[in-house]
Amino acid sequence: MSGAASSQFASARFREARTVDWLELEQRILQIERGRAGSLSDEDLFELPVLYRAALSSLSVARETSLDADLVAYLEALCARSYFVLYGVQPPLRRRIAAFFGASWPLALRSLARETLIAVLMMLLGGIAAYCLVASDPSWYHSIVPEGLAGGRGPQSSAAELRQGLYDGGGDDSNMLGAFATYLFTHNAQIALMCFALGFAFGVPTLLLLVYNGCILGAFLAVFVSKGLGLPLAAWLTIHGTTELFAIAIAGAAGLRVGMALAFPGKLSRTAATARAGRTAAFAMIGVVLMLAVAGLLEGVGRQTITSDLIRVAIGGAALLGWLLYFYVMPVRSGDLDG
Amino acid sequence: MAEARATQGSGRQRGTDRRTFVTPEGVDLKLDIATIGERAGAFMLDLTVIVLTLVVLTIVLLLVLMGTGKALAQILLMIWLLGFFALRNGYFAIFELGPRAATPGKRLMRLRVVARDGSRLRGHQVVARNAMRELELFLPLSFLAYQSSAGMATFATGLFGLLWTGIFLLFPFFNRDRLRVGDLIAGTWVVRLPRRSLNHSVASRAEPEQARYAFTDAQLSVYGEFELQKLEEVLRRNDEYSMIVVARTIRERLGMAGVEGDEHGFLEAYYTALCQRLERNMLFGKRKKDKYQH
Repeated sequence: MSGAASSQFASARFREARTVDWLELEQRILQIERGRAGSLSDEDLFELPVLYRAALSSLSVARETSLDADLVAYLEALCARSYFVLYGVQPPLRRRIAAFFGASWPLALRSLARETLIAVLMMLLGGIAAYCLVASDPSWYHSIVPEGLAGGRGPQSSAAELRQGLYDGGGDDSNMLGAFATYLFTHNAQIALMCFALGFAFGVPTLLLLVYNGCILGAFLAVFVSKGLGLPLAAWLTIHGTTELFAIAIAGAAGLRVGMALAFPGKLSRTAATARAGRTAAFAMIGVVLMLAVAGLLEGVGRQTITSDLIRVAIGGAALLGWLLYFYVMPVRSGDLDG
Repeated sequence: MAEARATQGSGRQRGTDRRTFVTPEGVDLKLDIATIGERAGAFMLDLTVIVLTLVVLTIVLLLVLMGTGKALAQILLMIWLLGFFALRNGYFAIFELGPRAATPGKRLMRLRVVARDGSRLRGHQVVARNAMRELELFLPLSFLAYQSSAGMATFATGLFGLLWTGIFLLFPFFNRDRLRVGDLIAGTWVVRLPRRSLNHSVASRAEPEQARYAFTDAQLSVYGEFELQKLEEVLRRNDEYSMIVVARTIRERLGMAGVEGDEHGFLEAYYTALCQRLERNMLFGKRKKDKYQH
């Protein structure tokens, strides 16, 4: 060991030669992390990948030649931060929104078609069962429909009272339509999110929730039909119900998909299978929230201002047809599926 | 000293939080999974922010309502309802969609949400992982409220519900990667992303000729890399008491009589000499992991 070369060992020389670049990279990454990427010049940005690769190669070298734990930890942290800045760049928001409406949403629903059908059948099943129960013995109504939801309507109500509920534009607070619509939207969206999240418990609670939802509808229908108000109720429900019930069925379907992937992952590992199901389900759920916003508007504003049965049915039918065409018929370019 | 340290290898390293994370350039970044404490802390911070925002929003809207009378009541109510909905469901998602992929709480704890496969974090992943909060947080809360509001007859129901939902709440305790239910669905995990600054090397900058201490080959072959890095920690901490203890231990082992009161100088000189020797051997492919390896 002699001469000037040995006075500093190799790793110290290595470190001295590169520190400037590391600090430069760190400075720029910090700027970008703080959301001030605009303050960097084009030249700075072009240099960024070069500096990043240099830091990565420094990390590899340091791991093999340096025993300075602090240096290696610093480089690891710096490289990880740079990695996420450089590789985490999202495409512009407008393109992502266009991709969602143009491809991701309809494609997710197409792949969920089987589950959606099951969800709809479950609701129908619940509806028919509750209808038969209440039609044969009206006292079932109270054990099916919770007090808050019934709002005083029930088998004991007279036909006139029930009719008033259908056409009265929401009672005394008819000037609060906007707030009413907003309330309905947030409430329903929360229920739909719950319906989806419960799918994680192998889908069982989701199925129960879907059946129960159908039960409430069936019980209502039975009461109104017994008073000769079946068609008006159907019209009252249709205007927003086609959108809302469809959305809830989709939320249930998304939950079922996740639950099934968790229970029966098939050839994939369980985590891989659920993550894949989660992708489809998440697209569907963003759509569900949007659909429920539309349903909230139709229910809160449309239903309270439009009192003609025919127009109510027409609007509801058109909405359903529109959704079906959009989800299952519209041609889709499956090129870009970025979320 | 510990022999059963994590060995380098691919995949999960048993008993540690380090995970292999290979960049497209082929370098393993070795990310650290966040601990449950850090994540709980981040969540508490976020919850505080949410509740405070909600309180402020409510107060502001009430003040406006008092100022304008009934005319704006509907719009204010709409704003409140939508604000509540957006806070409850959107707060986490909006922040995690940002460039740092972390809510303010996570940012403060130096955490970040990362896609498990190493690709960039997508919007649908953020939506999926946060939609599941409904199951993990609000469902247990509702059962808790149910239990406290209802009488003894339904106590069992509430308790059962709480236990059942507790499975989802405590999910991160039951898997190695501390995945929440939402993380599992979304294909994400939460990693620690510290911001470190580069410290000076602890090796002495003095020329070897001027050094007060000289070590023989035998003395330098006593310790290995593990001990070297422990010594580095001691030198960085610069705590007088521990340096005295460490210096005495090393001297005894080396059989050197030393001057009392110059522990820092001695340790620095030994660190420098040992580091130099080990790094040189490393270049020749000879590594000495610790003092037990010959």
